[in-house]
Amino acid sequence: MDYFLKLLLSGTAKGSIYALIALGYTMVYGIIKLINFAHGEIYMIGAFVALLVGGTLQSAGVNPAVILVVSTLAAVFFAAAYGLTMEKIAYKPLRTAPRLSVLISAIGMSMFLQNLVLLSQTEKYLSFPSFLPEFLFLKPIRGYINSTQFIILIITSIVMVLLTLLIKFTLIGKAMRATSQDREMAQLVGININSVITVTFIIGSATAAIGGILICSYMGQINYYIGFIAGIKAFVAAVLGGIGSIPGAVLGSFVLGWTESLGTGYISSDYEDSFAFIILILILTVKPSGILGRKENQKV
Amino acid sequence: MEDFNWKEYLKDSFISMLWFSLLLFPMLVMKITVKGGMADVTYRWGYLVVIPVSAFILSALWKYFRERQQGGDKADKRGEIAALFRRTFIENRTVKKVSIISAILIMAFYPVFSGMYNTNVMISALIYIMLGLGLNIVLGLGGMLHLGHAAFFAVGAYTYGLFFKYAGQFFVDAGISTGWMFWIALPAGGIMAAVFGVLLSLPVLRLRGDYLAIVTLAFGEIMRMVLQNWGNVTGGATGISLIPRPWLFGINVTPRLAAVYIYYIVFAFVIISIITVSRLENSRIGRAWEAMREDEIACQSMGIDLVRNKLTAFILGSVWAGVAGVLFASQTTYINPDSFTIWESILILCIVVLGGTGSISGVILGALIIKLLPEYMRAFAQYRLLVFGLALVLMMIFRPGGIIKKVRKIYRFPLDEENDAAAEGQN
Repeated sequence: MDYFLKLLLSGTAKGSIYALIALGYTMVYGIIKLINFAHGEIYMIGAFVALLVGGTLQSAGVNPAVILVVSTLAAVFFAAAYGLTMEKIAYKPLRTAPRLSVLISAIGMSMFLQNLVLLSQTEKYLSFPSFLPEFLFLKPIRGYINSTQFIILIITSIVMVLLTLLIKFTLIGKAMRATSQDREMAQLVGININSVITVTFIIGSATAAIGGILICSYMGQINYYIGFIAGIKAFVAAVLGGIGSIPGAVLGSFVLGWTESLGTGYISSDYEDSFAFIILILILTVKPSGILGRKENQKV
Repeated sequence: MEDFNWKEYLKDSFISMLWFSLLLFPMLVMKITVKGGMADVTYRWGYLVVIPVSAFILSALWKYFRERQQGGDKADKRGEIAALFRRTFIENRTVKKVSIISAILIMAFYPVFSGMYNTNVMISALIYIMLGLGLNIVLGLGGMLHLGHAAFFAVGAYTYGLFFKYAGQFFVDAGISTGWMFWIALPAGGIMAAVFGVLLSLPVLRLRGDYLAIVTLAFGEIMRMVLQNWGNVTGGATGISLIPRPWLFGINVTPRLAAVYIYYIVFAFVIISIITVSRLENSRIGRAWEAMREDEIACQSMGIDLVRNKLTAFILGSVWAGVAGVLFASQTTYINPDSFTIWESILILCIVVLGGTGSISGVILGALIIKLLPEYMRAFAQYRLLVFGLALVLMMIFRPGGIIKKVRKIYRFPLDEENDAAAEGQN
């Protein structure tokens, strides 16, 4: 039971990080119906920027709290900037192109960004120094949940609440919902589709960057390749919950996190990454619309 | 060129110069190394000159090409020149025949006048032509984005590898040359790939577009993980080595001669694939695939069985990859899971997309570019994935059909053609 509880908690921490990445996926998919393959790369770039800025400040001997704040801000800024630029270059010219072309363009972008980091930084795994603070009050239950996991849970919850509020109650949120329901109709009632898409990319990339910093602090290492696998897993989570639905993405991420953590704990750790893929194949065979998704009828 | 707006160009390029300098600063100028828990950042200030200059130029080029793409009348003129070019060179039967025959002749005598290294490089390019042609059936004709092609390549290679690993001793004991195993593995690899193709089709047949892409990707990754982790059966990460080369009349051949021999086997298979795919393209089923690619619902209402057609496309594509896998294993004599990653699948995708989706000559050109360019330009090899990634994006924007666009067959009544000619004469 003890072991089970530990696995469940670490699964929850993992799931909440997947949720941060899956949110970006599901938002972009909801609006332009595109699997943004390069989303995972944005998350990796966010984490790299945090490491670069954090490293610079650390060698300058700055207070850890300041390092944390500044590097997070830098990571969020750069991830948002990359997301925005990527959308302008690779997706905007293809707005009227067939969906397959946009998907191939996304794969190309993912390849490009991954290799950009590989060539300009390093191909080795770098250890990621944790800038997150240690909480003393968690000491008695440290066996179950450590400070990093605790912070992950708190930050993920805050981001999710903020995002839900943004989508439910602000004007841009309303525009986003309208765009995802019917793009042409939204355009007819005076919504600027391009700026809605840009904002979606910015928000999605910024949440991904936060997820990137958290997961790297949790795992303690970083590499140019982390974005790809995490991106695929987050996508699985988004599909599992029903792509296009925000609560679905969160739910799917937790289910994925628990499955992975219980699967590695009880079955085999060699196949850690394949659980996500097996779930994906199963869900798409049984219920392609996901847990909370609506069934979409194909129109002529 | 009278309405060429210098000011706007300068302004835009200047803004993107600043923007990209900011964007690429942490990635290109800063470089991080972590030693003993302490991060150490070094700076490469040289890039601070390179980035703005190249951003300035590239942004101006980008703007120019985008505008040219959107501009109407100038494009028409270029279209006419392109059409003239196409009529005189590509659609001209004599030119076509001469170029095909000379290409076949050059390829047929290639190993005679080139060294062993060049022959081996060309063998791998030919194997990739086969892979590309296989994916071309699924993607180019069927319109299904398949990101797990390397998995079937692996199935073929491992069919041969495992067959040798477990049955090789038997052949040695019985006094039969192990070279014979290649000829048994060749059809077996194709059949195994077909079996796996059916397995993958079960979940895939109901899916479309992006879901299909992600499921095939997942399948490819699961396959690789199984090969990597099921160590006591597949040899794990170390793979299988000393796979025998094909049998050649019992002669104990030198590696050079073996390479030539394999070259001709692969070459024959490429020729067979080209003929088969071009025949398929114009057959009933090929046209059904193309209809399926354009519109599934319309296709169904015309009485085309979607499930059956998707299944055949998938299985045929897989069989090609499987056979290519056996050839690959016999060429390298050593296989491990690293040769069959998701990036291999994406490289095959690049071959098809860059060369020309659906066009056979395009796929051949694509495979030659993607395999030979990094091989002969060593300085470029490091950057190949970066460049191919960018090329995918740019290709989709500026030339979605690929380098050699597939020419659609158009049936015309003779009367129409005369009318067209008359109309052209009036213009």
